[in-house]
Amino acid sequence: MDTLWIGVIGTSLIAYALKIAGHSVPERFLTHPLIKRINLLVPIALLSALVAVQSVTTKSAIVVDHRLAGLGAAIIALIFKAPFPIVVLSAAITSAGVYNLL
Amino acid sequence: MSRVASPTFRDSLSVSLTVGAYGVAFGAAAVANGFSVLQSCLLSLLTFSGASQFAVIGVIGAGGGAISGITTASLLGIRNGLYGVLMAPILKVRGFKRVVAAHITIDESTGVSLSQESRGESAMREGFWLTGFGVFIFWNLFTVAGALGAKAMGDPSAWGLDAAVPAAFIGLVWPRLKNTTDKFLALTAAVFAIVTTPFLPAGLPIIGTAVIAIIVGLRKAK
Repeated sequence: MDTLWIGVIGTSLIAYALKIAGHSVPERFLTHPLIKRINLLVPIALLSALVAVQSVTTKSAIVVDHRLAGLGAAIIALIFKAPFPIVVLSAAITSAGVYNLL
Repeated sequence: MSRVASPTFRDSLSVSLTVGAYGVAFGAAAVANGFSVLQSCLLSLLTFSGASQFAVIGVIGAGGGAISGITTASLLGIRNGLYGVLMAPILKVRGFKRVVAAHITIDESTGVSLSQESRGESAMREGFWLTGFGVFIFWNLFTVAGALGAKAMGDPSAWGLDAAVPAAFIGLVWPRLKNTTDKFLALTAAVFAIVTTPFLPAGLPIIGTAVIAIIVGLRKAK
């Protein structure tokens, strides 16, 4: 089985295990303020890291290319409080424009 | 009859449609990262948690191993477990219904449900089920559309699909940056991930930032 299939199946199994676990454990275990706070912070760190890695790295190298222009467009869209689809679309259009022109 | 026009129904439907439409971005991004149309659709059907799905395709697409991809996705999926803790006492379901409820316990179903608090517990339950099923249906339909569309397009860069993934991530994280600590953490994590990419195996620069988040959380607690 290749990496992609292991990724698909493994992610799905653990995602469901986490969901059903939440429905099954007593509330007091997971409502500690510290757990709640860390639960808010972990996604911020991971998603920010993913933004960075996906926009300026390729394999193990730091690469500045059309994707960074796309990210810039996304940030501008977010500053103007654009809805999610517009954010993604403006990034794609900008990036494609730079890629095709350069 | 009044149920059709209920405010809870309207809230659920509008959230389901708008959020479900992001499925296009996921389907397209998954294919652009080398996943097949079938694999992209299975992720939406079985994982059914947007951030986790984007994470696994992002990490593996960037050359990371399966374990790195699964770990990053699972760290992002922990919050669904916490939503389950909140929803269980409201839903009060057992057996098969609980099995189904767990699968649709995500940001949106929990969010809409909790926002119905002033309308009572039955509205909260209605909001959960309607939004959960609504997002599930639209998310999956739009994933198919995005995956097929991207497959037909060819070179992902020419269509900007490689920039759609980081844009999706920043769109997911932006609304979460509510105070200085959040913003500091976001910037630190981004810089850490970039700086360590040339040295660490793919995936670790991302997973490593979870540790930074825990440290920030512990320090703030003092």
